[in-house]
Amino acid sequence: MSNIKTLYVKELKSYFNSPMAYIFLVLFAIFNGYFFTNTFFLINQSDMRSLFGVVPLIFLFFIPAITMSLIAKENNTGTMEMISTLPIRDVDFVIGKYLAAVTLAGIGLAFTLVHFFTLVSVGTNIDYGAVLCGYLGLVLVAGFYSAIGIFSSSVTDNQVVAFIIAITIVLVFFLLDKLLVFMPAGLSGMIQFLSVDFHLSNISRGVVDSRNLIYFGSMIWLFLIVTVRILEMRKWR
Amino acid sequence: MIRVENLVKNYGDVKAVRSINFDVKDGEILGFLGANGAGKTTTLKVITGYLTATAGNVYVNDLNIAEHSLEIRRQIGYLAELNPLYLEMKVFDLLEFTAQIRQIEGKEFRNALTRVIDQCGLAGVLHRTVGECSKGYRQRIGLATAILHDPQILIMDEPVTGLDPNQIVEIRELIKELGREKMVIISSHILQEIEATVDRIIIIHQGEIIANGTSDELMSSFRGQTQLKLEIKGGSEASLSALKDAAPEATITNQAAIGEITKIDLEYAKDADPREAVFRHAVKSKWTVLEMATHRAQLEDIFRKLTVEGGPE
Repeated sequence: MSNIKTLYVKELKSYFNSPMAYIFLVLFAIFNGYFFTNTFFLINQSDMRSLFGVVPLIFLFFIPAITMSLIAKENNTGTMEMISTLPIRDVDFVIGKYLAAVTLAGIGLAFTLVHFFTLVSVGTNIDYGAVLCGYLGLVLVAGFYSAIGIFSSSVTDNQVVAFIIAITIVLVFFLLDKLLVFMPAGLSGMIQFLSVDFHLSNISRGVVDSRNLIYFGSMIWLFLIVTVRILEMRKWR
Repeated sequence: MIRVENLVKNYGDVKAVRSINFDVKDGEILGFLGANGAGKTTTLKVITGYLTATAGNVYVNDLNIAEHSLEIRRQIGYLAELNPLYLEMKVFDLLEFTAQIRQIEGKEFRNALTRVIDQCGLAGVLHRTVGECSKGYRQRIGLATAILHDPQILIMDEPVTGLDPNQIVEIRELIKELGREKMVIISSHILQEIEATVDRIIIIHQGEIIANGTSDELMSSFRGQTQLKLEIKGGSEASLSALKDAAPEATITNQAAIGEITKIDLEYAKDADPREAVFRHAVKSKWTVLEMATHRAQLEDIFRKLTVEGGPE
């Protein structure tokens, strides 16, 4: 447990010791600000739907960018040898790094609270529950994409390759329910259940169903456990 | 104590290590010697838990590495080849991070820090980032992270490669000092680097151990290794061919004449010194001796003989 914390702190520090975190946070804030305020006063509604709609799209590119270096860089620079001959369990290693990436995404999300305060100061009849659920959904999506990102980072030594693999997998889950019309009718229910959007839209509508939570939880668990297995397999090369 | 039994490691079709056996005792400094690609690094990577063996067992203090990897990693300090470090971290942060992973905290950490700063001479660079440090300093930083928890077993893969001669001497002194109380395994492909430091040498070639012993043992196990170089002037044909009978214990390996001067190389076993006989023959034949010098085989020659000329005789 204490190793997870040590790795988590180290990884978070290394984000903020490099330009990475700042570039991510600034660009993330600019994109969200642009897309949100662009339509906010036109629609004239006291909600944050437009923000909750656009953040998953931006995460699509940003989360693979912040996770691509997590393991691929260690493999590439050889520090993997140093870290994996220290008494650290592979599970702790993966979870520590994963939580650092989720935290960075979470800090990005925290910046969007500016828009919430704007809403509070100009809006009326605000549905706080919906806002809360919306944020819960976004945190879960960030967690899911980060798990995909760390998995992609573990399968290669090359950060760019890790980035592309992560975007591809994320896109598949993102687009699944947009392609439903092309799917055989019998499968559509199952495919819809696998798509991120289906669960996210449920949550952001304010319906927090255990099915949705189980979906995100099990997907995150799946990608993390596969990452751990891949690290173990590397020893068998 | 480390015990390696029938260790085999394959990378796909490449057989990196083919069934090797050896022991290392507590407090011993072992030199692991071999050409590049001989299997040294692979063996060390298996002992440190970075790679899993294809077959065979490794026991560290009677714990099997296959089952107790984590516990063994707690006991070992490892300086990997090329010394990979987090270049973007501050030296202090790197040491603190390593200490936290190894559960060294508070007063214990401060004591350990003082010790490694002193031993590795890191006082001047503690608040620099690792990437800014010179190669010599990085090597010391790597060593500092490896000995921070004061391990009883220290494994170093080519610790002096790429350092300048002064740094090599410094690191060598440090290794000697550490070796007084710890088991140390150092690998190298350059013999002089470790000859002066180690108690025992294992020579590995194409994944197999081809020699194992102290440097004296290795040398004495080689027959006919002393060479005698003779350079004379004014030797007649007859007197030259009579040399063979005058000194029967030596064999002539080479003979070349340049004008009046003849160069002769002889070889003889350690306990059959032919120099007196050669001298008497030279006097009798009225040679003018320009040079007569023995050349005892160096460990270097043995290493070359074993690894270049295809294994032991």
